[in-house]
Amino acid sequence: MIIVFLKVINNKDRFFINNKIEKQIIGILLDVDWFKLLYYIYLEIIVGDKMEDEKKLSEFQRRINSGEVIEPKDWMPERYRKQLIRMMGQHAHSEYVGMLPEANWITRAPSLRRKLILLAKVQDEAGHGLYLYSATETLGVDRKDLLEQLLEGKAKYSSIFNYPTLSWADMGVIGWLVDGAAIVNQTVLAKSSYGPYSRAMVRICKEENFHKKQGYEIVATLAKGTPEQKKMVQDSVNRFWWPALMMFGPHDKESPNSAELMRWKVKLKSNDELRQRFVDLTVPQARAVGLTLPDPELKYNKERRSWDFGEINWDEFYNVIKGNGPMNKERIKARKEAHENGAWVREAAEAYAAKHKINRKI
Amino acid sequence: MKLDNNVKNALFEFLLRMGDDRLILGHRLSEWCGHAPVIEEDIALGNIALDLIGQASAFLNFAAGVEGKGRTEDDLAYFRNETEFKNLQLVEQPNVDFAHTIVRQYFFDVYSNLVLTNLTSCPVNELAGMASKSLKESKYHLRHSKQWLLRLGDGTDLSNEKTQNAVNNLWRFTKEIFDIDETEKLLIEKGIVPEMSGFREKWLDSINKTFMEAKLKLPEDNLDFSAGSRNGFHTEHLGHLLAEMQILARSYPGAKW
Ligand SMILES: [Fe+2]
Ligand SMILES: [Fe+2]
Ligand SMILES: [Fe+2]
Repeated sequence: MIIVFLKVINNKDRFFINNKIEKQIIGILLDVDWFKLLYYIYLEIIVGDKMEDEKKLSEFQRRINSGEVIEPKDWMPERYRKQLIRMMGQHAHSEYVGMLPEANWITRAPSLRRKLILLAKVQDEAGHGLYLYSATETLGVDRKDLLEQLLEGKAKYSSIFNYPTLSWADMGVIGWLVDGAAIVNQTVLAKSSYGPYSRAMVRICKEENFHKKQGYEIVATLAKGTPEQKKMVQDSVNRFWWPALMMFGPHDKESPNSAELMRWKVKLKSNDELRQRFVDLTVPQARAVGLTLPDPELKYNKERRSWDFGEINWDEFYNVIKGNGPMNKERIKARKEAHENGAWVREAAEAYAAKHKINRKI
Repeated sequence: MKLDNNVKNALFEFLLRMGDDRLILGHRLSEWCGHAPVIEEDIALGNIALDLIGQASAFLNFAAGVEGKGRTEDDLAYFRNETEFKNLQLVEQPNVDFAHTIVRQYFFDVYSNLVLTNLTSCPVNELAGMASKSLKESKYHLRHSKQWLLRLGDGTDLSNEKTQNAVNNLWRFTKEIFDIDETEKLLIEKGIVPEMSGFREKWLDSINKTFMEAKLKLPEDNLDFSAGSRNGFHTEHLGHLLAEMQILARSYPGAKW
């Protein structure tokens, strides 16, 4: 009996009892006095809690709908917390892994001024990573665990960073297109419902705007440079245009988390809307410096007052996400090596800190 | 300040040394970007690299001005060959691991603080100004490298071993830091560079104190070869570093970036 009872009440995920057989069993069992007692206690505690949760949930949704900001100490549904940890973690990893393709050119930058700007940019990205890891920690996870997931290949990061940087022009085009796409995404995320995330986005977006400006300046300089430089920058645009469009994720109808995230105002615009905004912003910028975007279907649509564009190669998109992109293995390898080679350093710092506490006590 | 030609030449040489030290060390540190033991160190090492390359840019810009041949700081950085570089051998040594990087940095930072402090009272205003701006940054660099040296030396047995090993490997590159040649003698004589005697003692004194605290041993002082990097004599590492640094600028002569 007890076992049947426990089985019934353990089925927490099903609200109340919605299974016919279970109802019958309960009906029979309710004739047994002690079971009745236990059952009512169950109603009081578990179902009562559930109803309490329902109330909290609707109150939570009301707060979201009226545009209130959710702070770490506020009640939030477990799904909301999980989704945020996933999104913010991915974002933090993207900043961290995203250092690698650009760091690849710091030592070869063609002038001291460009070297300083690039170094400062990559350093900013490290700062964004750190800031976002800390913001994610407000949801009750540890940076250590997040990093572990990254190194084990369990956590995602933006697929764009799995493409190689093959010329100096990539330093311009990444700033222009990749930081540019990030800005379109993040300007909206800055209004997201979770306080620490939206504040992080406001702060980070300011710097991403700098990066975009500096990137576009490199692009413009090369575009009016020698024939070799022009070729270099056009080639880079050809390689990065489509991967940049992929940064906005799958079509809305293919995006499994979108509806829920939008209901909670973690996301405020759909992937396709944001992608369109990015295309509309970028096409005139490309034209202004005489660069061609590698899409024969790109055409201004007067009715929509927007640019029509061709279909993304989704096979490529899903393959890169699955780990088969040109640089996935190298990126994770680089992160792993840094982590492993740094283990003794982190241990030394911990040991030193521990010793010092002991010394101070003495 | 109006300078004679030979003093000008000496000042140009001296500025190259200051600039090249910082450019090459900054380059080495920038190699860490994205590969540091913790993300905080990606930021810190990147920051120090930025400071140093920024300082290099200022010193080389001034050097080009003193030379007066219409060259720019970029011409000096990108279009000189190995034997024309005047940086210390110490700063061109490869990163190897975090211990080598920190020991190299600490040796340089102590020296750099001494020189920059000295130069703040230089009668050439531009140089004095550059020195005092750089000194502020250099003090922070020294704090960083010293704090790490203590942690690595007095951390675990493994970290102590690795750090002692780095000290032993890099020690032989430290003597030439304090060699004073004709160029510097002339500048000291003319009162442009303040007296530098006693620098090695002061430097050793700081190193000794920190090593004691960090449980590191000073290697035997058997410096048996003369280096001479200030006159363009380097280890083989510099050539590879420059090949990487200069490839793009030299592949497209005349291009603007
Ligand atoms: Fe960023
Ligand atoms: Fe970002
Ligand atoms: Fe950025």
